[in-house]
Amino acid sequence: MPARLVIEGDSAHIEGSLTFPDVRRVLAEFERALAVRTGSTLEVDLSGLTRIDSGGAALLDEVTERGRGRNVRVAYTGACDEVAEIRRIFSSGAGARVAERERAGLLQRCGVWGYHTWAGFLEFLQLTADTFYWSFAGLVSKRGGRKGAFVTQALLIGVDALPVVLTISFLVGAILALQSAAQLRQFGANIFVADLIAVSMAREMGPLMTAIILAGRSGSAIASEIATMTVTEEIDALKTMGINPVRYIVVPKFYAISLCMPLLSILATLVGILGGLIVAFLYLDLTPAVYTREAIEILTAKDIVTGLVKSVAFAGLICTIGAHYGFRVQGGAEGVGRTTTASVVAAIFAVVVADCFFSLIFYF
Amino acid sequence: MIEIKGIEKSFGDHQVLAGVDLTVGTGETMVILGRSGCGKSVLLKLVIGLLKPDSGQVLVGGEPVPYDRPGDLFRMRGKFGMLFQAAALFDSLTVGENVGLGLKENTSLNAGEISRRVKEKLLTVGLDGAEFLKPAELSGGMKKRVGLARALAMDPEYILYDEPTTGLDPVMGGVINELIRDLQHKFRATSIAVTHDIHSAFRIGDRIALLHEGRIVHVGTVAETKATRNPVVEEFIEGQSG
Repeated sequence: MPARLVIEGDSAHIEGSLTFPDVRRVLAEFERALAVRTGSTLEVDLSGLTRIDSGGAALLDEVTERGRGRNVRVAYTGACDEVAEIRRIFSSGAGARVAERERAGLLQRCGVWGYHTWAGFLEFLQLTADTFYWSFAGLVSKRGGRKGAFVTQALLIGVDALPVVLTISFLVGAILALQSAAQLRQFGANIFVADLIAVSMAREMGPLMTAIILAGRSGSAIASEIATMTVTEEIDALKTMGINPVRYIVVPKFYAISLCMPLLSILATLVGILGGLIVAFLYLDLTPAVYTREAIEILTAKDIVTGLVKSVAFAGLICTIGAHYGFRVQGGAEGVGRTTTASVVAAIFAVVVADCFFSLIFYF
Repeated sequence: MIEIKGIEKSFGDHQVLAGVDLTVGTGETMVILGRSGCGKSVLLKLVIGLLKPDSGQVLVGGEPVPYDRPGDLFRMRGKFGMLFQAAALFDSLTVGENVGLGLKENTSLNAGEISRRVKEKLLTVGLDGAEFLKPAELSGGMKKRVGLARALAMDPEYILYDEPTTGLDPVMGGVINELIRDLQHKFRATSIAVTHDIHSAFRIGDRIALLHEGRIVHVGTVAETKATRNPVVEEFIEGQSG
């Protein structure tokens, strides 16, 4: 006999066989009953049920969930042993888990967040250590590395980024010159524009702007590539073949970005100084020869070295943060997008914090 | 032989495996059936050490899987071949490079020998001459076959199949089932296949286990599985047949 639902006030009972073909109809009847009540209890007597299958068990779970949405507590009573056993086997238990989550307090949620953040940080440290280890090991033995990957990555990270890095650095140099010229001209100190541009580009703006561009460009590419490989199980496939994914995927990128970043920073610094030169020539009546001589005289070896040290450190941060987020991805395409965005934000944040740290240790 | 003893695994609050016990005999093909999301693939990843169980252990050839010793784990994986659900081929490599990658990285074979082995494995799966194609140029069924060739490349003692027919049309699914069956007869590797496809399970399995709510609720031969009165198995078979 098909299931028959009878509702009387705050109680109801089901008779017959509650199986998949009845689910839609009985759910609609329950829905109508729930729609007219809020904030009460609906007691459902299951003693009349002669049979139930997984569809029926899922229906009862669904009614509980919909009741919760309307603030109605649905209680089932009177089920015979067989029905209770089938319900236990096929129940999703989702209702109990939702209720458990709802009970979690602010302190507990903070604790969970803190635990996951700390675990993520430890994983990042582990990945960084692995990357350094395999980078040095790769200099000794080529086994386990990826032939040709370094050149490919260097072209992608370095050569392809050249136009945008040079354009932005030129504009930054020109903007710095324009902003400072307005002040310096009042004191007849036009010549110091060359000093300001040279020092700020070499120490700070060259490495920093290059790092921010590469964090957005190459950091996102690293994160999304590894994240995609993770969700498509390519990383698992590497592991099952006895290939270390850090050595095979991350290390070539680490080599490439560690080489390209200082070179791009040097070029960015030179082009930024050129941008300042053009502004100085057009608006401050400084000749290129005077500007160039002043810029060269003010720069010290320390300025150049600190800029290079910073750019290598930024390169390591961008690569390992991108890889870290890539390996930690969860979900499918949406997860890849989310982790890529998070990796770029984290990389830029880390670069700025590291830059602050370097300024402290180098100049104070 | 692969022995799974009391394996439990949770992700956050969600317990996926709640004490799984299963033994797969040498040369046997065990199919683990279960609904989507019931933890079948998780179980497979625990066997090969891609995930670590919360409790319990997996013995491969009598040796426990060394989850905490990465070096030993990588060596142990050399005994395994695995076919992934979506084949997991590397887009940047050709078919031949995909199949030969494990050989290139883990053996001292020269390029000529690797190329010969790659051709042989591709011939085995019916893709002779496909070694210079890129994965993007292949159909779903061809990708599965390349994945199969890659799993066989190292002549593994153990083969794991993760949803071998998922995403394929019934005809191509049948072709893959026959191919797996032929390979089992030919290589006699100890194998575990996880699937929710009952037809595939009956075709390729020597024995069938049903994973439900984190536990194995039935183990038996194909005939025993068809004849069982276990309500969960009946439900699964009827649901699939209908």
